Amino acid sequence: MFVRSIESKEELNMPKNILEVENLNVKFDDEEILKNISFDVKEREVLIILGPNGAGKTTLLRALLGLIPYKGKVLWKTKNVSYLPPQELVQRKYLPPLTIEEFFKFKDVSNEKISKIFKEVGLDLSLLKRPFGALSTGQFQRMIIAWALVNDPKVLLFDEITYGIDVGGKETIYSLLHRIWKQRNLTILLVTHDLNIVYEHANNVLCLNKKKICYGEPNKILNPGTLKETYGMGIKFYKHDHK
Amino acid sequence: MEIILALIMGAFIGMASGYLGTLMLSKRMALVAGPLGHLTLPGIALAFLFGFDISLGAFPFVILGIILIWLFEIKTKLPMEALTAIVFATGVAVTFLFLPEEKTIPALIGDISQISLIAVVITVILSLFIIFVTKKIYRKIILTEISEDIAKSEGLNVKKYNLLYLLCIALIVSLGVKIVGGLMTAALVAIPACTSRNLSKNLFQYSYGGLILGGLSCIVGILGFNFTGIPVGLLIIITSAVFFLISLIFKKEAVNK
Repeated sequence: MFVRSIESKEELNMPKNILEVENLNVKFDDEEILKNISFDVKEREVLIILGPNGAGKTTLLRALLGLIPYKGKVLWKTKNVSYLPPQELVQRKYLPPLTIEEFFKFKDVSNEKISKIFKEVGLDLSLLKRPFGALSTGQFQRMIIAWALVNDPKVLLFDEITYGIDVGGKETIYSLLHRIWKQRNLTILLVTHDLNIVYEHANNVLCLNKKKICYGEPNKILNPGTLKETYGMGIKFYKHDHK
Repeated sequence: MEIILALIMGAFIGMASGYLGTLMLSKRMALVAGPLGHLTLPGIALAFLFGFDISLGAFPFVILGIILIWLFEIKTKLPMEALTAIVFATGVAVTFLFLPEEKTIPALIGDISQISLIAVVITVILSLFIIFVTKKIYRKIILTEISEDIAKSEGLNVKKYNLLYLLCIALIVSLGVKIVGGLMTAALVAIPACTSRNLSKNLFQYSYGGLILGGLSCIVGILGFNFTGIPVGLLIIITSAVFFLISLIFKKEAVNK
């Protein structure tokens, strides 16, 4: 009886699934983009989705959000999900003279909340008066993260969040994500090419190349074999312990 | 009395077209009003032949044109601009088969010489409707322009807002042909928006600047017509163009480039 009650308590503390994906298939015209993808994501997990160009990573995120048609099961246990597409797919030029403050007002958010979130992501409030297209790539990425945080999401989906940012800037963005993940108890799904961040930030990794190559904890599943299968024969893999 | 009615009608059409024009410019669709204006010509011809309101004749033809372009695109996969050219050129050709010669100029460049009170009331109501709907969809359409994926993931029904936006365009073109004719509707939406863009620092100034400049251009154009007798459509567009040239002097820095 005593043992059972301890087990029940542990069960209660166990993170629950926040997303369940079963046999997800996506086809464009007659081309199979994703084939039989299945995985779960638990609350407060960081899942990094790895794969070469054309592997279907972005398609996977778009299917998870219901932005494109798919077959299979995608079950979210929350409705509070924010998505940030790759920066190159966010229009910054040829827009009307939109300020950052006006962009945030699209969500009818109070000035106090904007100030709080700007501080959280390390942005100066003076940027609010700047035009939407006039921020640097790094500032823009922080701003768009701040925008995603306005709804107090439970889950954040990021697609190539550090695209076009230099090495130092990338580290800053990943540190920021790590901090808000911890502070806000978030679940994060992150699409990236960047293998270096996997060991530091991911609880689980999904290697994708149109089908699921491997899925699990990075230390257990990432090896030369799985990476070759994911990225093709050209990849060289050096594992070190960061000491 | 007629000039008062014309001023009221012109001001409201100008404000609605200027406001909607800022959104069309943001979507790089300001020129679309041109071919759509040409599409109204068969309707205008019918209105002249049978003596009913020009906008009433124009509206179904704009809608018919949009549907035809949409259907042809599905059927042929040809670029929309090419299909628009086919549809509007055919519309113009068919119009001049039937349009009496003396009605050609008014159809092309506008005519406000015979305005009824009921036409003005309907025009004001429809213009207010366009301004109201445009205000409702403005932020959503801009967000869709920034990223359709972000907009959809935020739960926006992008198709619904695009449909409302197209409906507003069809309405404003149908109203605009009354004062500037079928030839120059693109200018009615594009020029005030461009002028406002030159003078604005933010979205609020830009959108309402378009509304004010659109209304002002029409009022000045109609007053000019009253004093000179020069066709009203020409004067409205020339006034708009003068405002645009003046705005170049005060142009703010290009902020999103």
